[in-house]
Amino acid sequence: MRIGVITFPGSLDDRDARRAVRAAGAEDVALWHGDHDLSGVDALVLPGGFSYGDYLRCGAIASLSPIMNEVVDAANKGMPVLGICNGFQMLAEAHLLPGGLIRNDHGAFIRRDQHLRVENTATAWTNGFTAGQQIVIPLKNGEGEYVASAETIERLEGDGRVAFRYLGVNPNGSINDIAGVTNERGNVVGLMPHPEHATEPGFGPDTRAAMRSGVDGLTFFTSAIAALQAA
Amino acid sequence: MTEPVNQPPANRQQGTAPEASAAPVASGLDTVENAAATPDKEQPYATLGLKDDEYARIREILGRRPTSGELAMYSVMWSEHCSYKSSKKYLRQFGQKVTPEMKKNLMVGIGENAGVVDVGEGWAVTFKVESHNHPSYIEPFQGAATGVGGIVRDIISMGARPVAVMDQLRFGKIDEPDTARVVHGVVGGISFYGNCLGLPNIGGETYFDPVYQGNPLVNALSVGVLRHEDLHLANASGVGNKVVLFGARTGGDGIGGASILASDTFASGGPTKRPAVQVGDPFAEKVLIECCLELFAEKLVEGIQDLGAAGISCATSELASNGDGGMYISLDDVLLRDPTLTAEEILMSESQERMMAVVTPEKLDAFLAVTAKWDVETSVLGEVTDTGRLIIDWHGERIVDVDPRTVAVDGPVYDRPVAYPAWIDALQASSASTLARPDGTTESGTAELRDQFLALVGSPNLADKSWITNQYDYYVGGNTALSFPDDGGMIRVDEGSGLGFAIATDANGRYGQLDPRQAARLALAEAYRNVAVTGAVPAAVTDCLNFGSPENPEVMWQFSEAVEGLSDACLELGIPVTGGNVSFYNQTGATPIFPTTVAGVLGVIDDVARRIPSGWQDAGDNIYLLGTTREELDGSAWAGTVHGHLGGRPPVVDLDAERRLAELLRAGSLESLVGSAHDLSDGGLAQALAESVLRFGVGARVWLSEIVERDGVDVATALFSESTGRVIVSVPREDDVKFRGLCDGRGYPVLRIGVTDAAVGEQPVLEVQDVFTVGLEELRASHQATLAEHFGPVVGQGAAQEYYTPGA
Repeated sequence: MRIGVITFPGSLDDRDARRAVRAAGAEDVALWHGDHDLSGVDALVLPGGFSYGDYLRCGAIASLSPIMNEVVDAANKGMPVLGICNGFQMLAEAHLLPGGLIRNDHGAFIRRDQHLRVENTATAWTNGFTAGQQIVIPLKNGEGEYVASAETIERLEGDGRVAFRYLGVNPNGSINDIAGVTNERGNVVGLMPHPEHATEPGFGPDTRAAMRSGVDGLTFFTSAIAALQAA
Repeated sequence: MTEPVNQPPANRQQGTAPEASAAPVASGLDTVENAAATPDKEQPYATLGLKDDEYARIREILGRRPTSGELAMYSVMWSEHCSYKSSKKYLRQFGQKVTPEMKKNLMVGIGENAGVVDVGEGWAVTFKVESHNHPSYIEPFQGAATGVGGIVRDIISMGARPVAVMDQLRFGKIDEPDTARVVHGVVGGISFYGNCLGLPNIGGETYFDPVYQGNPLVNALSVGVLRHEDLHLANASGVGNKVVLFGARTGGDGIGGASILASDTFASGGPTKRPAVQVGDPFAEKVLIECCLELFAEKLVEGIQDLGAAGISCATSELASNGDGGMYISLDDVLLRDPTLTAEEILMSESQERMMAVVTPEKLDAFLAVTAKWDVETSVLGEVTDTGRLIIDWHGERIVDVDPRTVAVDGPVYDRPVAYPAWIDALQASSASTLARPDGTTESGTAELRDQFLALVGSPNLADKSWITNQYDYYVGGNTALSFPDDGGMIRVDEGSGLGFAIATDANGRYGQLDPRQAARLALAEAYRNVAVTGAVPAAVTDCLNFGSPENPEVMWQFSEAVEGLSDACLELGIPVTGGNVSFYNQTGATPIFPTTVAGVLGVIDDVARRIPSGWQDAGDNIYLLGTTREELDGSAWAGTVHGHLGGRPPVVDLDAERRLAELLRAGSLESLVGSAHDLSDGGLAQALAESVLRFGVGARVWLSEIVERDGVDVATALFSESTGRVIVSVPREDDVKFRGLCDGRGYPVLRIGVTDAAVGEQPVLEVQDVFTVGLEELRASHQATLAEHFGPVVGQGAAQEYYTPGA
């Protein structure tokens, strides 16, 4: 199983996402934004960071990168695609996911260990969770407030396409505490928190068991592998 | 050897660089020829920050007056900030007070962009702390942001991948209206730049004191890692090699930042110095980092230097001085953001995100291919020569012709007057021992101790700093093993073996005012201890020396004391200083800041899995206090917070004991006997207990009776004294015998003072037996309220559990 991670100018968590892919048992493939080549990967991760310095709008310039043509085609054909933070912003800019991300309501960058509830376990990236499962995933962003039109929100909620909801604390003012969403087909998922930073014991969020031992993020990647194996 | 001007670099327009013989007057340029012909021309050297005798010396070196371009170069390079002219005499001690043993693991010492330490397994770590104080007061956001950017470029210049940052911040009084402006700007700037670079921010310090009101301190530290073979140095060797400028374009920002801003005090009513502050673009720097690392990996670079203070003037003169001694530069080939810039402005501009490399002609195409891949603009400016001259042409005329060493190396050195401050005896005579201390044996006394404890926990300097640190990403990179609020930050270097480093910085300006020599020793001892409590072995030191004006003899006395104290202490502990920074002219009007000597200690740990956190994680562990407590309240947080007092002598430091304590902690870590370890410093035992509870929300029951009895101190002293060489550790019950044996075997004083997991009902508490009990919620509320009250709410603060995972 080969999962590609695309590096854009200004990507920051690309190496971390590749490490998470390996931790889940897949082969990681480094992809470059300027290429028109997905190297035959089975799934894709658009990692976090500040592509193009967040100039214009977060993810807006990167969503026009050469490789995005191939990403959109692959997504439309059903390839599992995960957008994390800046990657989520790119997927929204590329219209693979509805809505948009704006400046946090409190105006500042925030980094915290964020509690989430898994709302949809039918997607390619969440099938390993149980419905309603509570997980802890690190969050770190300046522009993470999820916004969409009232009709879009109604449709997303009606179709069960809210994948994750913030639990306990809404860290950025997102509508309906939405932390992540999926497309209709369930192969494309985007969220603001960073699952790749909760995949290795010793380097994740704190848990009751031990400091920095949280690995809830690993299930995102093992879910994708399971989805590919089932397909 | 052909004159290089006859062999213009490949991309330069032919015909733009004829022999420098065009009529100087016609072009309006101040050429070398023109300078020789018009010796009496008035030059604005004083406005550029040069003194009369310095200007005279430049004329003597050149045998004529300098051109305006040369004057620009000398003025920035001979500034205090770049030349260390007042401090050089003292800084030599750092290089002299070393033993061969201390140098054993030092790959690069003082003098390069940053020191490099061999950490084993073929890995090396480079680190350095630098000041960006004055820009951060004028324009806090950009000042602090570019402070991070500058130190990170120093790290890249060594051939390393930057992997972490830290900041040492000192602001004015927390409730002065202007403090909020500076705090919001500085923290926002660090957050913006550091997060956007993808560098985990893993620690630092934040203090508030009126003495920094008109002159905050913003020190930035960065750490990088590299394989031994990737080490790069800043020298221009190999005649005919190309000199390449790449990164952001050169603009009109930061002109004269090193001279007129960093090397002067703020005067009220003068013209704004805002144009002297640089403006940062972290995206450009992030791309530059990745581009440089690819250039290093493909071995396309012979020598490299970042452009920081003094910009092109610094990079060209330093590269040439450290190499074959000569360089030819065509200034017309500098890519400009603003085409109206003059040659002098181009030479002095401190535009950010630029690097200068020396590249062999054969590798130039490959070099340009890599910079093109990263969309990094690049221009070939000239080449290395062996003429011993740095020659710069502009519009076909020669505007600079100097020996680069006279610019970069052989600048002025001052032996400034030194005077023992007349006021210091009276200050030292005013001991905190005369201040009223509550009687811990009476009911009213214990109630007062409880109030004082909570007042300290919520005092600006000891309060929770989440308002700041929540704006920093410590996850990025995936290698952060420890970060704030633990005593030291820790980063994994090798994913296979777990090899890593720990780093901590400390400084205490209040101690500095009482005794700058002792304060420097204390800062080093504390940083050393903070690294030791993580389980790492202290290995090397960086420092940032923040002082007032060197033209004030009392400040020079403070400085000389601090440098002697720090260099002696490094020798005693056997860890070398690998580099650092001096920042003078930190004062408002005639009032200098407290002497603030920041010591940063780097430690090595063979496997980060062994790391020790600073807070209690498990129930039923025994709590031990290592070290003894003396009545040392002079300069303490208690004296400052409770009594508004500063006087007396700072605590005693026993560096031999500190070393034995570090060895003891390492042994405990190796045998996995230690569940947590927290050093005692500001606020003493009381603050350490509070932080140990707050770290993971685990309570404790503690008794002071044995400390009181053994050390002959009262309850208040046991709680608030800042005696050194002390650490509290928690030890699982089953390891108790082994741990006591370890301490006894090493002869280090140890007392069991408590047990973890006290609770009243459901709520964890800190119970200090027979003195007071404070519930976790009240403790947390006191700790967290202060910064939120002054700077705004902290997201999620007050919400349920931060630590416990539901359903886990």
